[in-house]
Amino acid sequence: MAQTVFAPWDDPNEKPLIQFKNVTKRFGEFIAIDDLTQDIYSKEFFALLGPSGCGKTTMMRILAGFETPTEGQILISGQDMSHVPPNKRAVNMMFQSYALFPHLSVWDNIAFGLKREGKDKDTIAARVEEMLRLTRLDRFAKRKPHQISGGQRQRVALARSLAKAPKLLLLDEPLGALDKKLRQDTQFELMDIQEKTGTTFVIVTHDQEEAMTVASRVAVMDEGKIVQVATPDEIYEAPNSIYVADFIGDVNLIEGRAEARMSPATPRDQIEPTTTPDPEGAPPPPAKPDAPQPNAYGEWLQNTLLFPFLGKRAPNPKELPAPSETKPTPALQSPVKTGGIALHWADGHPPIVVANGDPQLAGAAVTLALRPEKLNIAKNKPDTPNALPGTVIDIGYLGNLSTYHVQLDNGPMVKVQVTNVRRIARRDITWEDAVWVSFSETSGVVLKG
Amino acid sequence: MRRFLLIAVPYLWLVALFLIPFVIVLKISLSDIALARPPYMPQLDLSAGWEGLKSFFAALDFENFVFLTTDDLYWKAYLSSLRIALFSTVITLLVGYPIAYAMARAAPEWRPTLLMLVILPFWTSFLIRVYAWMGILSNEGLLNQFLLWTGIISSPLTILNTNTAVYIGIVYTYLPFMILPIYSALERMDDSLLEAAEDLGCSRLSAFWLVTVPLSKNGIIAGCFLVFIPVIGEFVIPSLLGGSGTLMIGKVLWEEFFSNRDWPVASAVAVILLLILVIPIILFQRNEQKQREANG
Ligand SMILES: Nc1ncnc2c1ncn2[C@@H]1O[C@H](COP(=O)(O)OP(=O)(O)OP(=O)(O)O)[C@@H](O)[C@H]1O
Ligand SMILES: [Mg+2]
Repeated sequence: MAQTVFAPWDDPNEKPLIQFKNVTKRFGEFIAIDDLTQDIYSKEFFALLGPSGCGKTTMMRILAGFETPTEGQILISGQDMSHVPPNKRAVNMMFQSYALFPHLSVWDNIAFGLKREGKDKDTIAARVEEMLRLTRLDRFAKRKPHQISGGQRQRVALARSLAKAPKLLLLDEPLGALDKKLRQDTQFELMDIQEKTGTTFVIVTHDQEEAMTVASRVAVMDEGKIVQVATPDEIYEAPNSIYVADFIGDVNLIEGRAEARMSPATPRDQIEPTTTPDPEGAPPPPAKPDAPQPNAYGEWLQNTLLFPFLGKRAPNPKELPAPSETKPTPALQSPVKTGGIALHWADGHPPIVVANGDPQLAGAAVTLALRPEKLNIAKNKPDTPNALPGTVIDIGYLGNLSTYHVQLDNGPMVKVQVTNVRRIARRDITWEDAVWVSFSETSGVVLKG
Repeated sequence: MRRFLLIAVPYLWLVALFLIPFVIVLKISLSDIALARPPYMPQLDLSAGWEGLKSFFAALDFENFVFLTTDDLYWKAYLSSLRIALFSTVITLLVGYPIAYAMARAAPEWRPTLLMLVILPFWTSFLIRVYAWMGILSNEGLLNQFLLWTGIISSPLTILNTNTAVYIGIVYTYLPFMILPIYSALERMDDSLLEAAEDLGCSRLSAFWLVTVPLSKNGIIAGCFLVFIPVIGEFVIPSLLGGSGTLMIGKVLWEEFFSNRDWPVASAVAVILLLILVIPIILFQRNEQKQREANG
């Protein structure tokens, strides 16, 4: 089966399910939503991210029909929603405050919407049981909301909004109160529900990892505006502004002035030779003599029958490279890419080479956004186009990862994230060490300003 | 010791202000009427010693309670009081709920003012306010004058000295007792619950029945008891606004006590009234208890 990428937003023939058309919402003088235009497509998992008070809940409430836009229009399935009351919209919302009915049991809370549809008793009971199982609340069905924990309440709210299987589901921070494991399980349940029922989800979350995991697209909001809408990887790898880069994940921001780069790039001989042995640079070791080798028949079988599927048999069995604490430095194999810009970031340092920078920015003040995990740290100067000297100020140990805070000489503080391949006791870089922070010429993003 | 004192205070209160008066009334109800001062026999004379005590208890009997069953005036008065209390509670609820609802829905900055307006009548004497109603409801009163002036009626309506006037007086007097508990229940209610109900397919009206009313249930119950319990024993309103046809036990009690000066019979009436009230009072306490548990 051909796996097509789900990207209705790139398809001009696709009709959006939800259309915000120049929607503005004012509370008195305060502008909560500022001239917002956005399409959301059917079967999307649309995540809203943004700092507290940026208007996420307000956007949801407008969709659900609890707030009317001061200006502009909302369309659902092409139909103008201005005069459609909340109970006539095929939309269910999970409230940030849960809004559970305190006088009803968990069971009755979940059944509430179904009963309003006038379904028969057995159908309702079956559906409620299903929801209880899904949210692992079976044991609490008879309790009242004030008799269960905060996380359980959140799950009741989720179950209640899911029960009616609406066309559009609005979840306002649905998993915030759950522990990590339950949260991940529920995320996958949600994605599963989404896949099975084709429900469109709009979800507000403060957890970027969650947005990255579940969302088909992520919208980053700031003060009533959507700053960027893109797929999770695009938002992460190619943020369109310093705001987005800073908001999503950890980032190092290095300010400077851009200069168009002359091709070819910085001559090789400017870079000092390194003394670190490079595991990948060494010639591959010969095949172990005791490794199993095919006989003539096997050879024939491979070359005639399996060849079209598997390709030529590798003469030597593959060997994994020796574990290393630093990431492999690809610089030696490929020559430094040409083009892009050079970033003058501090006096007395060679400029940073950014091959993917927009040459149009030449002469402008720019900021280079670098993800901590894309940086390497080493005691000796590595043979890469970008190597910046600095001193280790702090080391944060996160179990699987370590974060080094490095004060660059004459420059800003940067964070370098390294996977802890070795036991912590064998770490060779410690506090106050003079180190080199290096990165490839394409691992950063140059942003205006 | 301190804990013991803390617990003792409410009990002392109860003993001093409820139990002792009750025992005195009970004792009088078991005595006989006498032309004396105080107007009943026997008197407890501790100086006579043990013999005196024995003859004192020997003189007590249930004669007055038996008398209450022989004259149907009394049980009719009890029944009539219960009926009037029940109807006026229902009317007060029907009038009070919308007022409480409107207050709870009003803009937050208005609520203290509205609350103040509800409580304001308490600042003048209850008696004066009932007299004012006599002025309003009488044949030449403000209401009749107004209705005659507008031409709705051609001859004055007789309202004063009927049961209608009694209902008007009771509803007017006890309305705040209904409004306040309902208001406090409604005000606590989270608006997002109504939004959630609408979101799940309720119309405004069904959201009201399925969410607002159940959530104000405790306020409704509290308000109803706060009206029902005192209205059963009410005597000022039926005496001033009611007519000869208005039969209420409070009025009977008053007449036995002050007109007939039959303290023992009046006390017997009071003891039975109290026994009748014990049931709703216990139910009321239960409701309060449940509410506290639900909130806690
Ligand atoms: N009814 C209202 N009256 C006045 N201001 C309001 C009202 N509702 C929301 N606001 C304001 O609008 C802004 C956006 O609120 P909103 O609830 O949408 O924020 P949010 O993005 O959901 O924040 P959070 O992440 O904290 O939930 C806030 O500054 C808030 O104070
Ligand atoms: Mg919110």
